[in-house]
Amino acid sequence: MGVLATGTRGEILAIKIAVCVKQVPDPDTPPSAFIVDESTKRVVPPPGTPPVVNGFDLNATEAALLLKDAAGGADVEITIIAVGSEFVMDVVKRPLSMGADELVLVDDPSLENLDAFATARVLAKTIENQGPFDVVLCGRQASDWDNGHVPLVLSEILGLPCISFARNIQITDSGVRVERSLTDGYQVVEAPLPAVVTVTNELGEPRYPTLRGIMAATRKTPTTLSLGDIGVTNEDVAPSLELTRLFVPESERNVEIISGEDEVDAGRQLALRLREENLI
Amino acid sequence: MAILLVVAELNGNVVTESTGELVAAAKAVASDGDEIVVAVLSDDPAIVGASAAGLGADRVLTVQHEALAEMGAGSFEAPVAAVTAISNSLSPAAILLSKSDFGSNVGPRVAAQVGGGFAQDCIGLSSASNGRISVTRPVYGGNALAEYVFSGDGVQVLTVRPTIFDPASGDGASPIESFDAPTDVGKISARLVETIAEESKGVRLEDADVVISGGRGLGGPEPFEQLQALADVLGGALGASRAACDAGWIDHSHQIGLTGKSVSPNVYITFGISGASQHMAGCSGSKVIVAVNKDADANIFKDARFGVVGDWGKVLEGFRAAVDDLAVS
Ligand SMILES: Cc1cc2nc3c(=O)[nH]c(=O)nc-3n(C[C@H](O)[C@H](O)[C@H](O)COP(=O)(O)OP(=O)(O)OC[C@H]3O[C@@H](n4cnc5c(N)ncnc54)[C@H](O)[C@@H]3O)c2cc1C
Ligand SMILES: Cc1cc2nc3c(=O)[nH]c(=O)nc-3n(C[C@H](O)[C@H](O)[C@H](O)COP(=O)(O)OP(=O)(O)OC[C@H]3O[C@@H](n4cnc5c(N)ncnc54)[C@H](O)[C@@H]3O)c2cc1C
Repeated sequence: MGVLATGTRGEILAIKIAVCVKQVPDPDTPPSAFIVDESTKRVVPPPGTPPVVNGFDLNATEAALLLKDAAGGADVEITIIAVGSEFVMDVVKRPLSMGADELVLVDDPSLENLDAFATARVLAKTIENQGPFDVVLCGRQASDWDNGHVPLVLSEILGLPCISFARNIQITDSGVRVERSLTDGYQVVEAPLPAVVTVTNELGEPRYPTLRGIMAATRKTPTTLSLGDIGVTNEDVAPSLELTRLFVPESERNVEIISGEDEVDAGRQLALRLREENLI
Repeated sequence: MAILLVVAELNGNVVTESTGELVAAAKAVASDGDEIVVAVLSDDPAIVGASAAGLGADRVLTVQHEALAEMGAGSFEAPVAAVTAISNSLSPAAILLSKSDFGSNVGPRVAAQVGGGFAQDCIGLSSASNGRISVTRPVYGGNALAEYVFSGDGVQVLTVRPTIFDPASGDGASPIESFDAPTDVGKISARLVETIAEESKGVRLEDADVVISGGRGLGGPEPFEQLQALADVLGGALGASRAACDAGWIDHSHQIGLTGKSVSPNVYITFGISGASQHMAGCSGSKVIVAVNKDADANIFKDARFGVVGDWGKVLEGFRAAVDDLAVS
């Protein structure tokens, strides 16, 4: 893996960053439009709703761009890596239009049903093929399967430290310094490079693509790799979990709507009703 | 006869309630003759696992190493090495951890080492054939449920969502043994420098009987002061949606949901929250959910027991006045 290129005075000359991004169904699909085909165990996106780049992966892209902004004279190169199938080019190019340099797609129909281990193995082979990288950034979790699992396995396969839930990342002379979010506060964790870091929304809103960024992204051709190109074997993608059922749990609307003479009075009636139930 | 390994979590010198829940989860999949072993990781010889001995497990294993201070928080490399070593020594059928900061960081990495697959955030467990475990877990932010069965060879590793199982307890004390920490427990590359805790004022959200929660519909930071004041008079705590936290109206330590805190109050009262599944994932353990939202079709009314369709400001005004009246009467 990568070692920071440094100059004669130990100054950092170049940083190579990989950002792993997943194309996912739009998580803002309202529950009423959320449909599962139980026979194929698949989510059926509502017609006309395109997929998106996983939100936390845009936060990870933003983190990479912030490192570039802060790099001073150093040359920072940001490579976006996505593993999957049926990529929508306008969607997966979004990180490029935000300012990332390269896009690498591992595109194969067989990648649709991968479990997290298999996904991590394919990502590891891609990173080895395209690297070396100094920093590998991921989102804290994918908004479809919500595992938060791939980056940690990836770090074990690559033999690298992994710091999760970053809300701030700095590259220092001795490695990386990360503020990791807790539900109550945060921790400061340091690790040598290369390292895997997962990014959370507390890092801040991802920047909007500029018109110039969009033009530049349109002109860029992604590097498309097949599983053979990166030496993925059948063993690498062997499943360890079998999905036996996917379904939408039943829920029945059972709400008592409380009203009053006006909205203020409805609020008053609500408080009285909750007191009657001994809830307040 | 198989071994089910539970990795305890500590709060100071005692195991957390979620550890008892893990023992209960292990019992749910254990067959006759299976052995449940609880591993306690710490740096302190004074922690001898006594509090783990009351959970009704067959054995408690204690592992001590200075790198296991605060259970290796922040870097998690020491607990990964320790649990991997225990697993290599006992060859358990499964390893159970809590879906906490600790469990969700340690579990996947241990699974990568002991290799039988990993299932995150399980809300249901049952035994399938051949000693394999079948799990139920929410996916797509809670919009769907998935059932999986482990199919690889090797140790099955999973995390269990807190508050789903009732904590186990046992008569008498389980025997306590010590397990020698392997040398690689001390070989750490990522290092915790410091923890900056956000002190919660008043009642902790996780302990509160009443939670008042606000969302994007509130429109700015000021209304959260009104909700905090209401929570204070009711002896409750203040929650928020991620949208409100991301907007900077309120600190992220108040965020309820899939990627925030989980609460289980008697009553969870929301103002201007739409009820996205990722938010509801953090409050579905509430006895009663109350929704105030101007949109009668908002998703939150599907989960709510009581609701008012209206502007949060007006409804809150009447609600607060009635609460104040009730307090003096
Ligand atoms: C039988 C079976 C069928 C399944 N079918 C499907 C299916 O049809 N579609 C599906 O999507 N999942 C499917 N899954 C779920 C699959 O297990 C998860 O997609 C996988 O485990 C990864 O977990 P996650 O998506 O929650 O990623 P997480 O672990 O939550 O991802 C965290 C981060 O890792 C990185 N990352 C994750 N995946 C990728 C990727 N593909 N490319 C680049 N970076 C990535 C991103 O930075 C992401 O933010 C199936 C699982 C099983 C067992
Ligand atoms: C992977 C992932 C993880 C996530 N984790 C979380 C999480 O942990 N917690 C979380 O909360 N979200 C989480 N989210 C985000 C979630 O999907 C929603 O986007 C978010 O919960 C919406 O917050 P909200 O209800 O405040 O805002 P909105 O959805 O915008 O709803 C605002 C509501 O306010 C109502 N309103 C507007 N004006 C008024 C008024 N004057 N009076 C009364 N009502 C009014 C509107 O009718 C609307 O229903 C996550 C998303 C993803 C993809």
